[in-house]
Amino acid sequence: MYVSANLIWLAVALPLAGFLINGALAIWRPGAKTAVSVVGPAVLLGAFAVVALIFRSYAGARLGTPQVVTLWTWVPVGALSIDLSLLVDRLSLVMLLVVTGVGSLIHLFSVGYMRSDPGYARYFAYLNLFVVFMLVLVLGSSLPVLFIGWEGVGLCSYLLIGFWYGDKANADAGKKAFLVNRIGDFGFMIAMFIIWATLGSLDFLEIAELAPLQLAAGGAVVTTITLFLFLGCTGKSAQIPLYIWLPDAMAGPTPVSALIHAATMVTAGVYLVARTNILFAMAPFSSTVVAGVGALTALFAATIALRQYDIKKVLAYSTVSQLGYMFLAVGTGAYVAGVFHLVTHAFFKALLFLGAGSVIHAMHHAQHATHSHEDAQDMRNMGGLRRVMPWTFALMAIATLAIAGVPPFAGFFSKDETLAAAFARGAEIPAFRVFWLFGVIAAALTAFYMARLMAMTFFGDNRTGPEEQKHLHEAPVIMTAPLVVLGILSAVGGMLNLPALFGGDAKLEHWLDPITEGAHHVFPLEMPHGQTEFILIGLAIVIAVGGLILGYRVTMARPILPARQAAPEVGFWKVLYHKYYVDEIYAALIVRPLVLFSDRVLWKDVDQGLIDRGGVEGSARLARTLGWIGTRLQTGQVGVYLTVFLVGVLGIFFVVMG
Amino acid sequence: MLLGPALAFSALLFSIGVLGVLIRRNAIVLFMCIELMLNAVNLTFIALAQYHGVGGQLMVFFVMAVAAAEAAVGLAIILAVFRHTTSVDLKTNTLLQG
Repeated sequence: MYVSANLIWLAVALPLAGFLINGALAIWRPGAKTAVSVVGPAVLLGAFAVVALIFRSYAGARLGTPQVVTLWTWVPVGALSIDLSLLVDRLSLVMLLVVTGVGSLIHLFSVGYMRSDPGYARYFAYLNLFVVFMLVLVLGSSLPVLFIGWEGVGLCSYLLIGFWYGDKANADAGKKAFLVNRIGDFGFMIAMFIIWATLGSLDFLEIAELAPLQLAAGGAVVTTITLFLFLGCTGKSAQIPLYIWLPDAMAGPTPVSALIHAATMVTAGVYLVARTNILFAMAPFSSTVVAGVGALTALFAATIALRQYDIKKVLAYSTVSQLGYMFLAVGTGAYVAGVFHLVTHAFFKALLFLGAGSVIHAMHHAQHATHSHEDAQDMRNMGGLRRVMPWTFALMAIATLAIAGVPPFAGFFSKDETLAAAFARGAEIPAFRVFWLFGVIAAALTAFYMARLMAMTFFGDNRTGPEEQKHLHEAPVIMTAPLVVLGILSAVGGMLNLPALFGGDAKLEHWLDPITEGAHHVFPLEMPHGQTEFILIGLAIVIAVGGLILGYRVTMARPILPARQAAPEVGFWKVLYHKYYVDEIYAALIVRPLVLFSDRVLWKDVDQGLIDRGGVEGSARLARTLGWIGTRLQTGQVGVYLTVFLVGVLGIFFVVMG
Repeated sequence: MLLGPALAFSALLFSIGVLGVLIRRNAIVLFMCIELMLNAVNLTFIALAQYHGVGGQLMVFFVMAVAAAEAAVGLAIILAVFRHTTSVDLKTNTLLQG
């Protein structure tokens, strides 16, 4: 059956219908949980089916040409005419499959995880709406349409981080995410303005065509454009210096962290760079900045993850770190490696988050049964869970091997490709050797903190408490089934782009050839072969396995105490535990001066002084003064009135008579 | 009848009326001055009616009717003011002062 790409709008319309239905239920029938459980995941599975059919037809016809589906003209203003059109090509199809596929699994998981929440319908309404915007983001055929999705997912992220808004900390985390992202969006918009001013078009296909003709490669214009675009990416994809919102975003429900803050939304920045790869390829300086920031973020976030106790915080910093790898890849010019890591990361990180959700679910139930108020997410209160949660344990173990980069699991291939590309680029730009080294160290740390997470959660003795232990249990099938699917994907996801060395044919690489062709022409990258390739792979395996073993050994070397009895952190561990005090530094350098400025100058001087006293009270005073002058004419003396009257009549008389 | 002296006389009467309105303080005198002006205009109408047809004479009747009505209302107001303030001096009646 051939399904035309013109039907892609259905993939967006289905979740939108889901949002409307669930939204209506949330308002009028919050108790109708069965209807929500059916509608919420069903629309996603429907969207996945549509995407899969279109993908099959597109791949079956061996189409390399992008197909633009124009829905309507959105902004017709003079020379600027923006259509609301969707771009179906090889890159967007890959992303669509990930978003709807992983999204469907997470929706199913949510049915089990959120079932007992009073805001169940509202939750699914937001989650459906998120998918709508994510699909618009991926499908947008021009920067402004992508921007609709870009802002929309930001809105849904805000709504879902602050889902339990009754707790002020959650609402604050949502606000923080929203505000930090605004800084990035500023960069995105400036980039759009410059592109419009220089190229006269915002359409991706036209940009790819016009940019090499009208812009000088390596010139100031293209460098400025890409740097501003990348500022947008650092906001959305949580890179230094704007990564601070993502760890706080863990305040939302865990499936939200899996879908939005690990698998899909936060990879939007990587997608944007891959989408506009020709611009980044033409600006080697910007590409170096992208790779540098990515490598630094990968290392920086990995060190913080070493000393976090909240299971979700570890995974959050791990996400920031892995996003750094993706930027390292796209900055190096290995766009396919970046997208490849994006896809495999979506599999194993979604699995890790959902696994963590499953653990937290069990902890909550156990503590609920005994009315305990210990922290359900603190790994120091867990331990030994592999005995009660064998499925979750086995699947999270697969994800751990995948993220650590142990062959043949998914993460190994994508991470290895990224590091190999960075190493190769180092021959031409020496800075990339440093970035490569950062990446290698971060890989070792990744293996270490993941082993620590697994050891603290699943090994050793249980520290939940004697009474609580009895209530710990495995999650229901609706939650474990999606985990199994993600587990399989995490295990075999590497096959997507198996390099020739392992007998593969680099499918993804060839699939995305039409997308990256132009960029490879401008910014060629010669991947290492032969001996160098073997050495790099050997190093990667040694680091991954070594890191895992060391992480387990170090964590289990000393008995772990429950959070309540734990000794305070000392030395450098304390700095890591407090995340290098970055939040505090930002507060002191930016937030507090801004608040002070707003308070002293903007509020007391500008608002109260200028606007209130000058504008509001000033206009009142002006009216009163004019009125007072008017009252002076009203003497009450009839004679005066008559005199004025007579003078007026005579005046009119003379004017009329000329 | 001579037109020139008639118009001159009516202009004189009108001017006296205006002057009276402007300088007198007694409300009743002021009122009489207004009547003087009305009648000066009436005189002009009559004088010119000789040359321009009967319309001027007709207009005089209108003016007299309106003046009568105005006198009735005006005197009633003055009476009411007098009862209220025991004075018809316009200098002391300044209730409309701003």
